[in-house]
Order: sequence, then structure tokens, then C-alpha cells
Amino acid sequence: MEHFRDDQKIGKITSEPKKGGIAMGLYSKPLVFAVLSAVVILVGTIATVFIPMFMPSMHPVSDYVKPYTAVELEGRDIYIREGCNNCHTQTVRPLRTEVLRYGEYSKPEEFAYDRPFLWGSRRTGPDLNRLGGKYPDSWHYKHMESPQSMFEKSNMPPYAWMAERKLDTRYTVKKIAVLGYGYSEEEIAAQIADYKAKVTNPGYDSRASRDEVTPEALRGELTEMDAIIAYMQKLGRDVKQLEAQR
Amino acid sequence: MTENSYDYRIVRGFVFSALFWLIIGLIVGLWIAFEMFNPGLNLTPWLSFGRLRVVHTNGLGLGFGLAGIFAATYYILQKLTRTPIVFPRLARFHLYLFNIIIALAALSLFAGMSTTKEYAELEWPLDIAVVVMWVIFAVNVFASLIRRKEKQMYVSLWYIIAMTVTIAVLYIVNNLAVPVNFFKSYSLYAGVNDANVQWWYGHNIVGFIFTVPILAMFYYFLPVSSGLPLYSHRLSIISFWSLIFAYLWTGAHHLMLTPVPEWIQTVAIAFSIFLIAPSWGSVVNGYYTLQGNWDKMRSNYLIKFFILGITFYGLQTIQGPTQGLRTLNAFFHYTDWVIGHVHMGTMGWVTMTISASFYYMIPKISGRPLHSIKIANVHFWLILMGQLLWTVTMWIGGIQQGAMWKATDPDGSLTYNFLDSIASLYPYYQIRFAAGVVYFVGILLFAWNIFVTIRKSEK
Repeated sequence: MEHFRDDQKIGKITSEPKKGGIAMGLYSKPLVFAVLSAVVILVGTIATVFIPMFMPSMHPVSDYVKPYTAVELEGRDIYIREGCNNCHTQTVRPLRTEVLRYGEYSKPEEFAYDRPFLWGSRRTGPDLNRLGGKYPDSWHYKHMESPQSMFEKSNMPPYAWMAERKLDTRYTVKKIAVLGYGYSEEEIAAQIADYKAKVTNPGYDSRASRDEVTPEALRGELTEMDAIIAYMQKLGRDVKQLEAQR
Repeated sequence: MTENSYDYRIVRGFVFSALFWLIIGLIVGLWIAFEMFNPGLNLTPWLSFGRLRVVHTNGLGLGFGLAGIFAATYYILQKLTRTPIVFPRLARFHLYLFNIIIALAALSLFAGMSTTKEYAELEWPLDIAVVVMWVIFAVNVFASLIRRKEKQMYVSLWYIIAMTVTIAVLYIVNNLAVPVNFFKSYSLYAGVNDANVQWWYGHNIVGFIFTVPILAMFYYFLPVSSGLPLYSHRLSIISFWSLIFAYLWTGAHHLMLTPVPEWIQTVAIAFSIFLIAPSWGSVVNGYYTLQGNWDKMRSNYLIKFFILGITFYGLQTIQGPTQGLRTLNAFFHYTDWVIGHVHMGTMGWVTMTISASFYYMIPKISGRPLHSIKIANVHFWLILMGQLLWTVTMWIGGIQQGAMWKATDPDGSLTYNFLDSIASLYPYYQIRFAAGVVYFVGILLFAWNIFVTIRKSEK
């Protein structure tokens, strides 16, 4: 039977026929072989990854691109936690229809503060790199709570529960220290307090929508939904402001 | 050295692990496939698509794929070196550590602890565990190679060495991060640079998990299960070195038309096209091994798995470089076309080759014939049909969505809004789900067949 074939016989099938040549010794020296393999894979790695790592074109900066505020950063971390990048890209390509659909194409310097980058690889949902300022906060509150209530055929998961969770800011100071955004502890506290004051203010333009999705007990607090909306409103805003100045 | 002194328990342990994670990963896959046309299935935060998709990719890529690779490697290594595993207890620890890591990986991803970098989503404590595990594995690989009793290293061993070395480099470099706390870290790299590092990793982790070690299996199990010697050792030498050289240049074809420097994109395109040659070197070597003996496709149930597997590998390695071309990429990227592409490789090439390798090894190590060749044949046809329906459906859907994104009216405005394009895909998503069910049934038969074979041998 086929599967009881003796492996000793098979040994002849798989072993190298005897041949001369300078390279043949290599196939009987595993450590030399491993070192040579490492060298071979490192050539392309060094050329396309390690050397560019130290080139200025990989670290473009620009005055018009500002780091995330404390609340935007917390929102970004929620975006990361929920894996939004699995369905949304954040890079507009320099193609006619793409620019028509989303806006100005993405520039390298826009991502200077992105650790990690969140460009994504699949557009189950639309690109978000120019989302900031496109809709009012009220639109986002309603949409995050139930995408299907606004677009019947949308397949986006509903995120109503984000409004039922108080934003955790215990690690914000540490996070900003790691990222090197350079805000002092007081500045971070002020950013959080300011944003909280903005969304809890009776005069907040998206007040009605926010109240509708936020449980009463949390209306005076910052929720995870507040933060992720702050982040979405930041996306592409620096570029849009630059364009407006021109 | 007698057969009895070989350590087959470790092989069997990894075979069981692979089957377990395969079934879990496919259940998650079916769940998210359903969510794609029915968002009502996003019942809780941890069941939402964004979190589940990475459980699916990690569960199958790392859980099933790696376990299958470890099983086959521990088997091939002993056979081709004619040496039992040098540190059997270390190998046993490897098995336990592996399963603990995958279980914790799944739980942490369910909980939303993710770095978002594709196929490198695990947070830093798990990354450290993975590196430790890899070192443990490498110790046994090199110990066996050093103590081997067979002078020449057969081609499968070259691929195993290349995998062992390269995965270590890729994994460590891409996962460098600064911890905030035990559950959260930020990438060491920022923006464009982070993207370039990530896709160098993302492309090559696929290359050195779903190509290199699967080729090691192919080069070993095709000759031994067919009884036919490999067609050309010279061709295998050329294929090997040019494959591992060219692979590492191509990551940026995942970043076409993004802000990554254009020269890196163009270099990636050039090397991607070049990669067709070494990839097809292996395909040709496989086909010619069978020359004059094509009747084995009918008479030996394993051969059709290997030959269909390498055929999908061949198609995959033509499709990949083609869709990397800038103009075609502008159309196909970000659509379901790419999802179809990936799944031809994983559901076709990888799973077929691992399946047949298990079917070969398990009777060998348990000393009993396979429970049922008939079931193995049904398994083959179900996963073939399931996979073809799955991938072809996604390709058509991808072309449709790409075309809708690009369509403009005579006045220059966009014809379709985004929602039109996604809503038009729902029928395809339903077909895809059905195809996934067919595939899943095939896999259940596979697992059952292996399980019963082992249970019978223990009686």
C-alpha cells in the first residue's frame, strides 16, 4: 500500500545525487547555510527598509500638521482597539476619482504623529483620511449609535455601547510621554477638561444627538464615543485648514 | 537508527493543535463572512467585525498554519537528518507554549488588545513569548541539523533554515514598540516609515510562513508519497536562492500610490515581477517530478492534493505580481479582489499541502492505514469546490466594486456613492458564505479522518 512505503527506500529519492562543484559543500554545513541565508534576506531588507529608515523622506514634518490632543489620542486608541482599520483606510491616492470622492490626496507629512500608521488595506467602508469637518458631531453620534438608521444598507457594526462607557484617561499622561507630543500634565488635564466642557455645554451644537445616545448618568462625563468622534473630526483637518489659508 | 527512537508524539501534538485552531479559525471566518451582509451579528463588542477579523487571521495564520508547519518540520527534520529530536522535552515545552500563546492571542484580540499592524497585532508581552517560542524551536532545528547522520541537506531543510532565520528577523524588527502598560504599546516607528516596515513584514511573513515552509513540505512529501525522485536538484537550488533573495524587496507593492517614497514602490514592482521565475521554478519542478506518471493523480489520493496545491501556488504567484503593477493596483487595491487572492493561497495551496502532509504522516507515525481514503477524497473535492467558488466570487465582486468606484458621469461627477458599491456586493457575500460552509464541511471531514485514524491506532 502506498502509505506503507518504506522510508529507507524513500531516502534515495530525496537525497542529493553526488556531484562536484564548489557550492556543494554548502549543503552539508547548516550553520554556514543559515548565515548565508541571513545575508541573502538582509540585502533587500537593508536597501528598502533599513536605509530608508534614516532618510529624511521617511520622516517628513511640516508646521501645519499638529499632534493629536489628549482626547483625540484617546479616541484614536479606541479606533485601534475596535480594529476600525480593518474596514476603513486612511490614505487617499492621487487618482482622479479618489480625489473627487474623498478630497485632496494624502501627503507623507500628515502621518508624522501616527504610531502606528492606520492606512489599512481594505475599504469595506470608505476612506476616512479627509473625514474631519465633513459632518457635524451630531451626524457622528447618530451614525455611531446605529449606522443602519441613517443608511439602511450599511454593514457597519453599531457602536451604541461606546456612549455607555466613560472615557478612561488614567494612562493619557503616560501615553503622551511615550509619544513625545510634548504636552505638560497641566496641558493634558486642560485639554480633557476643555473638551468635556465643550460637549457638556448646554449650547453645544450637537447637544440633542449626544443626549439621545448617551445614558443620563454619563451626560456630564466624557464617553468613549465623545473621544472617537473628536478623533474623527481631527482626520485631515490640518490639510483642510492649510487649503483654506491659501 | 531505528524508526522507534524518533519522537512522533510531538508531531501528533502539533497535528492536533493545527486541526483545533483550523476549526476555530474557520468558525470565526464564517461568522465574519455573515456579518459582511448582516451586521446584526455584531452582537457584542468582542463579536464586532473589527475585532473578530484579526482573531480569524491570527487563528488561521498563526494557529493553524504555524502548528501545521511545526508538525511537518519536526517530522521532516527527523527523517532527513536520520536523527531523533535532540531535545524532546524542549520540543514538548514548545508545543505547550505554542498553544498557550495562541489561546492568549485569541483572548487578547477578542478584548481589543491589538497593535493594528497586520499579522503582527499581538501586544508586546505576547510578542516576547512568541520570540521565546521561536528560539526554542530554532534550538531543536539546528541541533538536529548539526547532529545529523545524512551528509547532504535535502532541499526541504534549506527552506526550513530560511524560515527559521527570516521569521526571527521580521518579527523582532516589526514588533519593536514602547509599552504604555502591560496591555498597550506604541510602535517604535511613525507614519510613512511605520507603513514601510509593516508591509516589509506583512508581505514576508506571508512569504516565510505560507510559502517557504509549505514548499519544504511540498519538496519532501511529493517525492515520498509518489515514490518519484525530485525532477531537478539544480532547479531547486536556483529557485531557492532567488526566491529568498527577491522576496524581501517587494513589501511596498502593498503600499502602491500611498505616501511611501515612489522609488521604494517601483523597486517593489520590479522584484515582484522577478519573483514569478523562482516561484514557477518550484511549480515546474513539481509538475516534472510527475512526468510519465500522471496516472498517480487518480491512483494515489495524496498526489492530487499536492498537484492542485502547487497549481494554486503557481496561479497565486502570477496574480500577486500582476496586481502589484501600479495601474492594475489602482483598480484592484482595497477591493475584495485582494481578499480572493489571499484565500486562493491559504484555502488552496497552504491547506491542500498541509492536508496531504498530515494524511501522509499520521498513518506513518501511528502504524495504521488512514481511516478512510474515501473520506479524504470527499474532503479534497469539498475544499476544492468551496475554495474556487469562494475566490472566484470575490474576484468578480472586486472587479465590480473597483469599476463602481471609478465610474464617472459625462459631466465628470462620480456615478455611484460609496454605499451603492458596498450594497451591490451583498449577493456575492452570501455566495461567499455558502462557499465557506462547503469548505468548512470538507475540513470537518479532514479532522474527523485524522482523529479516527489516531484513535484506532491507540486501541
